[in-house]
Amino acid sequence: MPVTPKFPVVLQVRDLACDRDGRRLFEGLDFSLCTGTAIQIKGSNGAGKTTLLRTLIGTASDFRGEILWCGSPFPGALPVLRESLLYIGHQGGVRDSLTPLENLIWYGATRESALWALDCVDLSGFEGSLCHGLSAGENRRVALARLFLPQAPSLWILDEPFTALDAVGVATLEQQMAAHLHSGGSILLTSHQPLSLGRLASVDLSDFMVDEPLVAMEAEHVFS
Amino acid sequence: MSSVDIHPLVSGARAVPDFATFLRIEMLLALRRRADIANPLLFFVSVLALLPLGLGPEPELLANVAPGMIWVMALLATLLSQESLLRSDFENGTLEQLTLLPQPLYFAVLAKSLVHWIATGLPLALLSPLLAVMLNLPGEGYLCLFVSLLMGTASLSLIGAIGAALTVAVRRPGLLLALIVMPLYVPVLIFGTGAVQAAIDGYAYSAQLAILAALLAAAAALAPLATAVAVRISLDN
Repeated sequence: MPVTPKFPVVLQVRDLACDRDGRRLFEGLDFSLCTGTAIQIKGSNGAGKTTLLRTLIGTASDFRGEILWCGSPFPGALPVLRESLLYIGHQGGVRDSLTPLENLIWYGATRESALWALDCVDLSGFEGSLCHGLSAGENRRVALARLFLPQAPSLWILDEPFTALDAVGVATLEQQMAAHLHSGGSILLTSHQPLSLGRLASVDLSDFMVDEPLVAMEAEHVFS
Repeated sequence: MSSVDIHPLVSGARAVPDFATFLRIEMLLALRRRADIANPLLFFVSVLALLPLGLGPEPELLANVAPGMIWVMALLATLLSQESLLRSDFENGTLEQLTLLPQPLYFAVLAKSLVHWIATGLPLALLSPLLAVMLNLPGEGYLCLFVSLLMGTASLSLIGAIGAALTVAVRRPGLLLALIVMPLYVPVLIFGTGAVQAAIDGYAYSAQLAILAALLAAAAALAPLATAVAVRISLDN
């Protein structure tokens, strides 16, 4: 993949194969993520979308192949990658015995910026109520409010960000994503719904599926 | 779109929470989950209150078993509360978020252990003189019991976090957690009861307290490191 000076490649994946619980999920995966672009990862349930994201943030280490962050390979590049990473997973990372405001402060936001971000996701007025009193969609908004904080990191990795959001929420989020791309950030996300973003590529994991998957179960999984 | 200006990637320095923020939020969480604090404490007090009923009320007998019983109960109470140390954070995804911070996991874990101690070990140590009266502990042992529990429970909180981190992905970790953590608790128990016993017998007990302090220093330096590694292992499958 030639590296153009205008849109440098930040994250590159070469011939990647991932396993989960002894099962090969996909192999031969290749893609490059540039600044100012988004990649939508598609695939049926169980195709390995979440595993791929967890591999790319360094939480799951069971992979073959090469992952490069700004040219340097994993796992050595992980600390540098984490400097500019914002990851929101299936579990949003929202504690239900804290208020939305306290949750954002835990992520390092100042009070003012946290209030502003909560206002962006239409949660103003709820900043002081405990999260376990909020609905699933509202909790999702609390997690997503991190994307609206000033000084958000440049690489966003989002696992199903649109789950439980209403139409207005989806539109707001798409706007914010577009703004992020415009200012030179990059986004990697999984989603089943079509997106209207300018510079969007997509990777379908179904194209990299393995036919005969099973490797023997390993003893280390005995407790899980 | 052609005029997209490219931000230098690494300079997009993300806002990261500092140690004080961790501590403050963990304290808030501990205060909001009062049951988690009250349970081990209630266990500690009620078992020791039942002890004279089971053993018989002879003052000499109670005085003999008091240092050991108080220490063993303190240990069990700490162990009881370890299970929930990381569980909810694991379930709601904040534990994973912690591992993604650019700074070492060490400080986040240290903050958790510190708050765990403030919520369980500290009240336990503060209550210990009261229980010592109930069990007829000789007067010379009070100060030593308090100081040794103060330091000992802090070590227990730090060490227990390793077990909690290793078993966080296991659905019912009770026995497994005990098996992992109990052997590590033994040195603290030995020197804790040893110190109190020495104080009661009228010997100098500063050596035992010094060893407890050394154990605490070692635990504070090493246990969070081990916990941090254990957290990553638990998340990685």
